[in-house]
Amino acid sequence: MSPRLAKALVNGLLIGAAVIAIAPLLYMVSVSFMPQGQASALPPPVLPKNATLDNYRQLFMNAGMGRYLFNSLLISTCITLVSLAFNLMAGYAFAKLEFKGRQRLFQVLLGALVIPAQVAMLPLFLLLKYMGLVNTYGAVIVPALATIFGIFLVRQYASGIPDDLMEAARIDGAGEFRIFATIVMPLLKPIMVTLAIFTFLAAWNDFMWPLIALTGQEHYTLPIALASLSREHVQDSELMMAGSVVTILPVLVLFLALQRYYLEGLLLGSVKG
Amino acid sequence: MTTSRAAWLFITPALIVLGLFFLLPVVAALVLSVTDYDLYALADIRNLRFVALQNYWALLQRPLFWSALGHTLYFVVVGVPLSLMASLGAAMLLNSPLARFKPFFRTALFAPVVTTVVAVAVIWRYLFNTKYGLVNYVFDSVGIPTVDWLGDPHWAMPTIILFAIWKNFGYNMIIFMAGLQAIPGDLYEAARIDGASAMAQFRHITLPMLKPTMVMVSILTVSGYFQLFAEPYVMTEGGPLQSTTSVLYLMYEEGFKWWNLGSASAVAFILFVIMFVVTAAMLRLSKRGEPA
Repeated sequence: MSPRLAKALVNGLLIGAAVIAIAPLLYMVSVSFMPQGQASALPPPVLPKNATLDNYRQLFMNAGMGRYLFNSLLISTCITLVSLAFNLMAGYAFAKLEFKGRQRLFQVLLGALVIPAQVAMLPLFLLLKYMGLVNTYGAVIVPALATIFGIFLVRQYASGIPDDLMEAARIDGAGEFRIFATIVMPLLKPIMVTLAIFTFLAAWNDFMWPLIALTGQEHYTLPIALASLSREHVQDSELMMAGSVVTILPVLVLFLALQRYYLEGLLLGSVKG
Repeated sequence: MTTSRAAWLFITPALIVLGLFFLLPVVAALVLSVTDYDLYALADIRNLRFVALQNYWALLQRPLFWSALGHTLYFVVVGVPLSLMASLGAAMLLNSPLARFKPFFRTALFAPVVTTVVAVAVIWRYLFNTKYGLVNYVFDSVGIPTVDWLGDPHWAMPTIILFAIWKNFGYNMIIFMAGLQAIPGDLYEAARIDGASAMAQFRHITLPMLKPTMVMVSILTVSGYFQLFAEPYVMTEGGPLQSTTSVLYLMYEEGFKWWNLGSASAVAFILFVIMFVVTAAMLRLSKRGEPA
């Protein structure tokens, strides 16, 4: 094969793959601007004739989309901020602070990674029910406030911090919390960004647990609301596409802005020993 | 304050969350699975009875459990290899020195991974709509017989597999790219000098060098695919004719639709054991023939 042909082939295939990956998303945006009924015609229109914002208006005015957007933002933000703090502290301690049983405890946590989250869901539902948390924001937030993956990620990263830094501060009489806040945290900044975006995306996209734990509409997150809407409005393709845009757009934008950190975290997290 | 006391203070919040809301429920699930916890027990805990392995035994007699397991295995056995092939293919294209605009292509190919399953499943449901979908329209215009994608029991699962490949291949693509970049270039150089074809280079250099990556990625993908739930929930509601009812879908319906929490816990545990055995076997197999 001549070099020119090979080059055309590689780039042609890449373009084809990119079209397959992106076209459904672009099509979603296009259909979301179509007037009701236009998408259910033959041939299926590719671009909207007389584009309209009606679907978005209907979603926010009549279908409570504003509420669901708020719920998703609130839940994902709370989970991200608190779990970031908990995972950072724990990950740092497992990496850098000596205590009895450290290795053992960490092994137990790593071992628990093989247990799929769904095994815990049924008793967790009962536990939260007895705590009075079912169908509150807390039911989704509280169980997500620490993750083994997050602790593992921070520990990997924090192991690279030289011990001398902390030792010197200890000799100067600094307490452990001060050392953590003033010396360690600034060094952990890159992994903080990575973990934050990972956590936010996972919380935003989570489906099965919120579906179980949020029984009333007023607390629905976007994915749950969208799933429920799509069962009611099977025929309203235009409306559903607008709902999909509202659900996907925030995380897609976040990813595009911070993709370097996201992809780094993906690689760090998958290099398990 | 001693370092070790500080350490405990640092890990306690995370341990409480993980212990109380994950490890304790896992143990409780095991207990739950040997009781007849149902709607009556939910109303009054005194109705709870110990039933030993009856839930498990009853499940093994239920055709729906076996078909759910069959559908899940179908999804894993067909979906995982196809997903990995798509990921590796995309990674090799992106890694080729001939490829242009790499950052753009990488982002474009990765985009489906960060999208919300429910939202993109809604898009696919429309694209694969039997009457108005773009896919059938294109099929029809080029003369291929159209398919009732999500309405035909034989086609619903393949359509979901196609969807899963589209949604997930970018994730492993990134890991494969890192693996490919770690292969020393002189290996290919030497092979070229010896006149090895591109295919031979792929078989004798790329694949063997990628093996550790491949093993890890396969195991992670297999355990991910065993947890099939949201796709059938949104796209087919487990149908048509229960042809896309997965094990987790069964667990969800058993537990949160019929409130048979005991029996649903048994479903969850059986799935866990199967996943554990399969991934452990994969790890074992991958180590065969290697020096210990």
